[in-house]
Amino acid sequence: MAELEGAAIWQGLSQSRLSRRGLLSSLGVAAIGFTLQACGQGSGSKGDPAGDKINFYTWDTYIGATTLADFETANGIKVQTSYFATNDELFAKLKAGNPGYDVIVPSNEFVTRMRLAKMLEPLDMAKLPNIKNIAPEFMEADYDSPPPRHSVPYTWLVLGIGYRKSRVNGTPDSWKWLFDSDLYKGRIALTSEAADLIRLGAKFMGKSLNGVDPATAKAVEDMLIRQKPNIKAFHEDNGQDMLLAGDVDLVLETNGDIAQIAVEDPDIAFVVPKEGSLLNADTLCIPKGAPRPDQAHNFINFLLDATVGKHIIETILYPTPNAAAKLLMPESYRANPIIFPTGAGMDASEWGKFEGADKARAFEEAITRVRAA
Amino acid sequence: MDRGVDWRRNKAGFLAVLAPPLGWLMLFFIVPMAVVWAYSFGTNEGIADIRISGTFANYARAIEPLYLGIMAKSLAFAALATLVCLIVGFPVALAISFAPANLKTWLLIGVMLPFWTNLLIRTYALIALMRDEGIINHALKFAFGWAGFEPLRMMNTNFAVLVGLVYVHLPFMVLPLYAALDRLDRSLLEASLDLGAGHIRTIFTIVIPLAAPGIASGLLLTFIPVLGSYLASDLLGGADSQMIANVIERQFKRANDWPFGAALAFMLMYLTFIGIALQSVTRRRRERE
Repeated sequence: MAELEGAAIWQGLSQSRLSRRGLLSSLGVAAIGFTLQACGQGSGSKGDPAGDKINFYTWDTYIGATTLADFETANGIKVQTSYFATNDELFAKLKAGNPGYDVIVPSNEFVTRMRLAKMLEPLDMAKLPNIKNIAPEFMEADYDSPPPRHSVPYTWLVLGIGYRKSRVNGTPDSWKWLFDSDLYKGRIALTSEAADLIRLGAKFMGKSLNGVDPATAKAVEDMLIRQKPNIKAFHEDNGQDMLLAGDVDLVLETNGDIAQIAVEDPDIAFVVPKEGSLLNADTLCIPKGAPRPDQAHNFINFLLDATVGKHIIETILYPTPNAAAKLLMPESYRANPIIFPTGAGMDASEWGKFEGADKARAFEEAITRVRAA
Repeated sequence: MDRGVDWRRNKAGFLAVLAPPLGWLMLFFIVPMAVVWAYSFGTNEGIADIRISGTFANYARAIEPLYLGIMAKSLAFAALATLVCLIVGFPVALAISFAPANLKTWLLIGVMLPFWTNLLIRTYALIALMRDEGIINHALKFAFGWAGFEPLRMMNTNFAVLVGLVYVHLPFMVLPLYAALDRLDRSLLEASLDLGAGHIRTIFTIVIPLAAPGIASGLLLTFIPVLGSYLASDLLGGADSQMIANVIERQFKRANDWPFGAALAFMLMYLTFIGIALQSVTRRRRERE
C-alpha cells in the first residue's frame, strides 16, 4: 500500500507542470492510503501478530507514576493505556466485541455482569504466582464465583460521608444527615448512581443492601423525594472536587477519592456511617478475545508484585487488598483512618451483588422519579 | 438569476458531485440512525444482546406520565433558553449588520471564536465563574465585603443551567439572524424613518417582519441542540435540573436499556421532524401569498 501511494506522489511531483489538480489527487490518494494503513494497524484484534505491546483499559489516574515504564523495562513490552470514566462505559465498549484490549479494570459487580455475558476469559492461576500477596479476605470473592476465577482484586473501596470538619457538628456518623435531615440544607451532594442510592437508603433503614424488595425501594424513593430540597447536587463522581472547593460540606463518596483530597486539605475527613455501607473492589480481568493473553497474565502478575503494588499505592492512595504491598507502605498509610476506616460502620458494611438487569432498571427508574419530582 | 447548470442535461456530473456527500450521509448518519430506530422496537435479551422483536412496549413506556412530564419540562426549559438567546442575540446581530464593513468581519469572528474552544472547557469556565468561591463572588466580596456579604448561590441551580445553555448556543442564533438582517434593504428603513416612525417602531414593524425567516431558522437551529444537550444540566445543574437528554444518556449507560433509550430519543426526533415540517409548511404558504 505504501509503495503504491509513494509511486503516485512521486509521479505527481515529477511532472514538469505540477497542476493543482494533480497535487490534490496525489495527496488524496496518500491520505486514503495512510488512513487504511492506520486502520489496519489499529484493529489488530484478530490475526495481528503478537507485537511487543499490550492494551490496558483502565480508570484515569489509577496506576503508579512509573509502573508502566517499569514493566516495559523489565519485559520489553510497551503498555498502551486507554481510559474510561465509568463501568458502563467499559461495558458498552466491550459489549459490541473486544476492540483489542488485553487487560481491563472492572468493578466487582461488573465482573459478575460480564461473566454472565461471557465477556471475560478465565484466568490461569499458574501464570499468576504473585496472587499469594492478596489478603485472604479478598480472595474469597462472591462476585467471581463459581471457579475458575476471572478476576483478581486491584483495589477495594467503601462508600461513606466525606465532610468538612469546620462546618459540620462533630462526626456525622449516620446516613440520616444525608438522607433524612435538613440540618445541612443546600450543602449536601449525593452520588447519581441509582443502585448505590437505593441500596444505601435500604441500609439506613436497617435492611441488607442485597435483595432490596420493591416496598423498601419505594420507601427510599419517597425519603429521597422529601430530602431533595436539601440536596445541592447529584454529582457525577466529582463529589470530592465539590467538597474541596467548598461548594458543599457533606458528600457521598468513596474513601479513596476523599483520601486523595484530604492530602491537599487537612480540614477534610471521612466516616463510614454506623448503619453500614457498600464495599466495592476494582479488579483486573482479561476480556474475551484479548489478542495477547500470555502477556496479559504477565502484566497482571507484575501489578500484583509487592514492590510494584507499593509504588501504585503511593500514587493513588487507595486501600489495597495486596497484603504484601501494604506491609511495605509507611505507618501513616496503614493507620490512615480514611483509607482504612474502622468502627461500627465498617463492621456493618456489605459487598454489593449484581442482581440482574430488571432490578437495575427498577432502581434506575426510581431515581429518575426522584430527580423529576 | 438562474445561471446554474441544469442538472438534467448533465446527469453524470451531478451524480459525481452528489455521490460523496450522499454516501457519507447514508453511511454515517442514516444507517446508524436506522439501527437505533430498530433498537427502539427491540427488547433486552440476556445482559448484552438486543432482540428486534417489533414490540411497541418501549414507546408505551416512553409516553408514561413520568417521562412525558420530563419531556414537557425539557421542552419548556429549552424554549425559555431559546427565547433568551433570541432576546440577547437579536441586538447583537443588528449591531453587527449595521457595523462598518471592516469591523463586521472582526465582530463575526468574535461571535464564532468560542466555537473553537471545546464545549466542556467552556462549561467548566462557567463553573469557575459562578461557583460560591468563583470569580463573580470574589469580585463582589472585594467590592461589598465590608458590608457583610453572603455569596450569591449561582451554581447547581436552574439559573446556572440557563446561563450555560445560552452561552453555548448564542452563536447558533446570532449567525442566521445576521444573515437575514444583512440582506435587509436599507432604503426601507430610511423610508420608515423619513415617514415619521421612531427607531423602536421601525424595528418592531419593519425589521422584525422582514427578518422573520431568519428568526425562524435561528430559533430552530438553537432549539434543537438545546433540547438535546445534557452537559449543561449534568455539570451546572442542581438536584432538580434533570432534562430528557440526561434520562436518555442514563438509559444507554447505567441502566443498560438501549431499546428504551432509543424509544425516548426517537420521541424527540419525531417532535423535531414535526417542527421542521411545520416550518416548511408555513414557509411554503408564505411564498404562495
